[in-house]
Amino acid sequence: MTADRTPALVASDFEFSDETRERAKEIIARYPEGRERSALLPLLHLVQAEEGCVSTAGIGFCTDALGLTRAEVGAVATFYTMYKRRPAGDWLISVCTNTMCDVLGGRRIFEMLSEYLGVGHNQTTADGTMTLEHAECLAACDYGPVLTVNYEFFDRMDVETALGIVTELQEGKRPMPTRGARLCTLKELAWQLAGYADERVEAVADGEPGEASLRGNRLAEQYGVTAPPIDPETPIVRKPTKEA
Amino acid sequence: MALSVKEIAAKLTPVLTRRWTTSDAWRLEVYERLDGYRALRKALAAHPDDLIQVIKDSGLRGRGGAGFPAGMKWGFIPQNDGKPHYLVINADEGEPGTCKDLPLMTHDPHALIEGAIIAAYAIRAHRAFIYVRGEAVHAARRLRYAAAEAHAAGYFGRDILGTGFDLELVIHSGAGAYICGEETALLDSLEGFRGQPRLRPPFPATHGLYSCPTVVNNVGTIASVPPIVLAGADWWKSMGTEKSSGPMIYSLSGRINNPGQYECSMGITLRELIELAGGMQDGHQLKFWTPGGSSTPLLTAEHQDVPLDFESVAAAGSVLGTTATQIFSNKDCPVYATYRWLEFYQHESCGKCTPCREGNYWMVQVYRRILAGEGTHADLDTLLDTCDNILGRSFCGLGDGATSPVISSLKFFKEDYLDYIEGRVAPKLNNRQLVGAH
Repeated sequence: MTADRTPALVASDFEFSDETRERAKEIIARYPEGRERSALLPLLHLVQAEEGCVSTAGIGFCTDALGLTRAEVGAVATFYTMYKRRPAGDWLISVCTNTMCDVLGGRRIFEMLSEYLGVGHNQTTADGTMTLEHAECLAACDYGPVLTVNYEFFDRMDVETALGIVTELQEGKRPMPTRGARLCTLKELAWQLAGYADERVEAVADGEPGEASLRGNRLAEQYGVTAPPIDPETPIVRKPTKEA
Repeated sequence: MALSVKEIAAKLTPVLTRRWTTSDAWRLEVYERLDGYRALRKALAAHPDDLIQVIKDSGLRGRGGAGFPAGMKWGFIPQNDGKPHYLVINADEGEPGTCKDLPLMTHDPHALIEGAIIAAYAIRAHRAFIYVRGEAVHAARRLRYAAAEAHAAGYFGRDILGTGFDLELVIHSGAGAYICGEETALLDSLEGFRGQPRLRPPFPATHGLYSCPTVVNNVGTIASVPPIVLAGADWWKSMGTEKSSGPMIYSLSGRINNPGQYECSMGITLRELIELAGGMQDGHQLKFWTPGGSSTPLLTAEHQDVPLDFESVAAAGSVLGTTATQIFSNKDCPVYATYRWLEFYQHESCGKCTPCREGNYWMVQVYRRILAGEGTHADLDTLLDTCDNILGRSFCGLGDGATSPVISSLKFFKEDYLDYIEGRVAPKLNNRQLVGAH
C-alpha cells in the first residue's frame, strides 16, 4: 500500500495567471516582515489551486516569490502529503485505513474502491477525474469507518455506501457529505487551503453537528445535568505585588 | 459498586462542548448571545499578569496530550525583553483516535478565537497563528469565517475594543504531516520548512517561532481560557481532581454502541464511559483500549476502573494523552492493530533521526512477517530490542509513542503473537503483502 510514494515532480512550463501572482503577494503580506518564508506552505497550496499539482513550474513560482532556492522549495513540497506531484483528479477520495477505521471495515472499502476504479494508492483514474488514496487517521474515529472526498467527511461507510458515492461522482453528481460543506473541486479547495475564505456562503453554513459529536450533550440534557454554573461577575484576583 | 447510567451522567460537565448543540453557534451574533466575547472584555480590563495567575490558579493542564500546566507555560515567557512574542495554536489534530478539536473548531470556532485573543494579551503577543491540520477543511472554513466576523467587530486587529491592544491573527493550513503536531516541528513548518522537530532546550518559551518567545497551546487548552476567565479558577477546580482539574472531552470510538464525544469531570473511569456510551456492542467483550490515542500504552479490561486523570493513568503504566479512548474487543487482534499503528508511525516519521526512521521501518517488516504466519520466537525479542533503541533515543515523542503499542501489546497479549508464530491462527496477511518483508 505504500508503493509509488516518491514519484518525481512533473516537468512543466505552466504559466501562472496574474491573479495567482497578486494572491501570492497578499499571502506573503500575512506574515511578519523578514519572515516571508512562512508563506511557503500556503503558496504551494496556491500553485496547486491553479495547476492541479506541484510541478517544477510551481516550485519555480515559489522560488521566485520568496527568494529561495529550488532545492529549498522542493524539499518542503515533497515532505507533505497534500501536495500532489502529479495532476490529481477533481475528486480526491481518501479512505481512512488507520487502525480503528481499518478494523471497522476501512481496509475493505479501500480494496473495493481500488479494484472498482482500477487504481492503487495515490493514483488517478485513466479519465483523470478521480484520485484514490488511503489516508492515515482523519480525526473522526467516532464516525468510523470514514472516507473523505476533497477532505469532506462521509461517515460510517461500508462497501455499498462508499461505492454509491463514487458512482454518483462518476455520473457527474455531487453527493452531499455527511458533515462538512457541499463539494467543490480539489483545485477550488486549494484556494481555501492557501488561506482564502470559501466564497460560497452557503457552504460555510453546511454541516450540522453529527450525533456522535453531541452524545455527551444529549445525555446531559436527558438527565438534566449541567456543568457548575458560570458566574461571569467572578472577579479576577489582583496580584498585590509583582512576582520576582 | 456499579453505578446507574443516571448516577454516571451526573459526571457529565458540558463546558467546551456546551455550544455544540446550538445551531449556528459558529456565527458571531449567536456566539455573543451565549456569553461570547464577554470573557474578552473582562480580560482586557485586567492586568495580563493577573490573567496568567488565574490560569495558573485554575490548574489548567494542556489538552494536547502532555498535560503541561498552561499557566506555567505562559509564565515562562520573558517580559520586557524587547522581542516580539507569539502565540501559536496547535490545531493539527491527528493522533490516531483523537477527534475532539475538529468538532470544537467547526461548531464553536469563536471559542478558540476568543481564547486566543485573551492568551495573546496575557503573554503580550501581537501576533497569533492557528495552525490547522490541512485536511481539516471544514474546521478551517468555519474558523476563517469566524475570524473575519470577529475582526470586523473589532475583537482583534488594531486597538481592540479601545484598549490600545493590537493583535493580528492568521489561520494557517498545514499540508498533511502528523509530525507537525509536535510543537517544535509545527514551528518549523509554520516558518516554511519541512516539519521536523527541534532540539530542546532551548524551549519555545524563549526560542520559539522566529527564535522569539512563543507559547504553543492546543485547541482545547485555549478554548478553556474564556470560561476560566469568566467563572474563575475555583469554578474550574470544582470539576476534575486535585491535580487534574476541570472537564475533559473523552472521545470514545470502537466497539461500543454509541461512540462519540463525552465531556466529563476528569477522573471518570472507562467502565463508566462505556456505560454512558450504551455499553459494548452485542457479542463484543472489551479486550484492549488506548486511554489517549495510539501513542499511549494499551490498557486492558483489568484497567476499567482506573480514573482517567493524568496521575492515575500514569500510575497504571500508561498516559492520559488526548483522552481518545479507542475501544477494541475480543474480535479484534492486538497484533494486527499494533501493526497498523506502526505503519502509521513509519509513514509519518519525519526521517530526521535514525532510531525512529529505521526502527519503525524494520518493525513494520517484522510485524508483516508475524502476521503472515512466518514469524519466529526471536522476532518478539527483535521487536523489544528495537523499541529499546527507539524509546528515549528518538529526537521527539513520535518515535517514543510508536513503541507504546508494541511494548504494551507484547506485555499483555504475548499469546496473540505466539498464536501466529506457532500456527494456531490463520495468517492475516498474504504473501503478496509480504513483499520486501525479509
